[in-house]
Amino acid sequence: MSKTRLIETLVGAFIALGFVALFFLAMQVSNLGGVHSGDSYKVLARFDNIGGLKVKSPVTLAGVEVGRVRDIYYDPADFRAVAVLGIYSQYDTIPDDTFAKILTAGLLGEQYIGLDPGGSDGVLKEGAEIAVTQSALVLEEVIGQFIFGKAQEGAN
Amino acid sequence: MIDWLAALGRSGLSYSAALGRANLLMLAMLRGLGALLARPRLLLEQLFSVGVYTVLIIAVSGLFVGMVLGLQGYYILSRFGAEATLGVMVAASLVRELGPVVTALLFAGRAGSALSAEIGLMKATEQLSGLEMMAVNPEHRVLTPRLIAGLISMPLLAAMFSTLGIYGGWFVGVGLLGVDDGTYWAQMQSQIDWHEDVLNGVIKSVVFGVVCTWIALFQGYDCVPTSEGVSRATTRTVVYSSLAVLGLDFVLTALMFN
Repeated sequence: MSKTRLIETLVGAFIALGFVALFFLAMQVSNLGGVHSGDSYKVLARFDNIGGLKVKSPVTLAGVEVGRVRDIYYDPADFRAVAVLGIYSQYDTIPDDTFAKILTAGLLGEQYIGLDPGGSDGVLKEGAEIAVTQSALVLEEVIGQFIFGKAQEGAN
Repeated sequence: MIDWLAALGRSGLSYSAALGRANLLMLAMLRGLGALLARPRLLLEQLFSVGVYTVLIIAVSGLFVGMVLGLQGYYILSRFGAEATLGVMVAASLVRELGPVVTALLFAGRAGSALSAEIGLMKATEQLSGLEMMAVNPEHRVLTPRLIAGLISMPLLAAMFSTLGIYGGWFVGVGLLGVDDGTYWAQMQSQIDWHEDVLNGVIKSVVFGVVCTWIALFQGYDCVPTSEGVSRATTRTVVYSSLAVLGLDFVLTALMFN
């Protein structure tokens, strides 16, 4: 009798440990336990070039994450990329003349969208579009321009 | 030349017949699921011998694999000044690949070989025929609980492996090499996705659990009932399970993470 009892206890402990490990993977390791799984509202931003921006890249304001990129697609009408930003609904007082630019974390880090709030009294709402944007800095273009500038300097 | 061709054909036919028998055995075991519900105690006993006994080797190897990943990862990442992403590297490689695969390989060696030997000996000592004589279906009574125990144990064992590996990497990276504690966890949480990474890893280990146990049970059930036959079945279990795990891993990874 006591042997079956021991088996039962050990099997129970094994299953419990397994689920604790799964729970740990869900909460501590992955982003499931992140604070922002709640509601967000949608804001569009058009960019000439989104560089290495990806779906789920962070959207920050003053360095604080206020949303995530929900979707990215190409708009054939004006040859620009449209990034759909999901801004967490607790940040509902962002001015509607906010400036969006694509920044890079560190020299080789991943790209994210930085918002610079404007001075308007109106606020961004569901489906609004950010009018002023700045494209991603593509390193090759910058280097290209630099070399081209140097070459012209040499010619003069 | 003709003899050689004949031998080739014979071995081809026998492999294909074995594959067919394996699938029929799977069907027979699945038909036993209803009977298993009536006697859950059988499953409990198998969970004990398949799952609980495997925990120790899984825990120790998980810890050490994580420590090695921490050490190696730090060495390479620090060349690029990217030690901050150590947590991501350790967690991603464990949760996606090493957790399910190494757990399955260890499981095949630890539990799979034991299953084959046990079933093979049952066959050699005519215990299976004895059950049949008593109108007990040996496939339902003996094999089904073991299959389900393997299916349940493997994902839990893989989760333990990954968890301990992440702590092993944490111990080396944060404890010994001076990576920042907050960065280790924060980078991991922002980069590892519950659905994409963790859940797909769990699905992988469920598949591996079924395949490893299936191979072990079939090799035992299908062995030549002599001591030599049992030993050959045990060897085959480990070899075939390992090959199946590595091959399936490639297919599953290509399907899930492309």
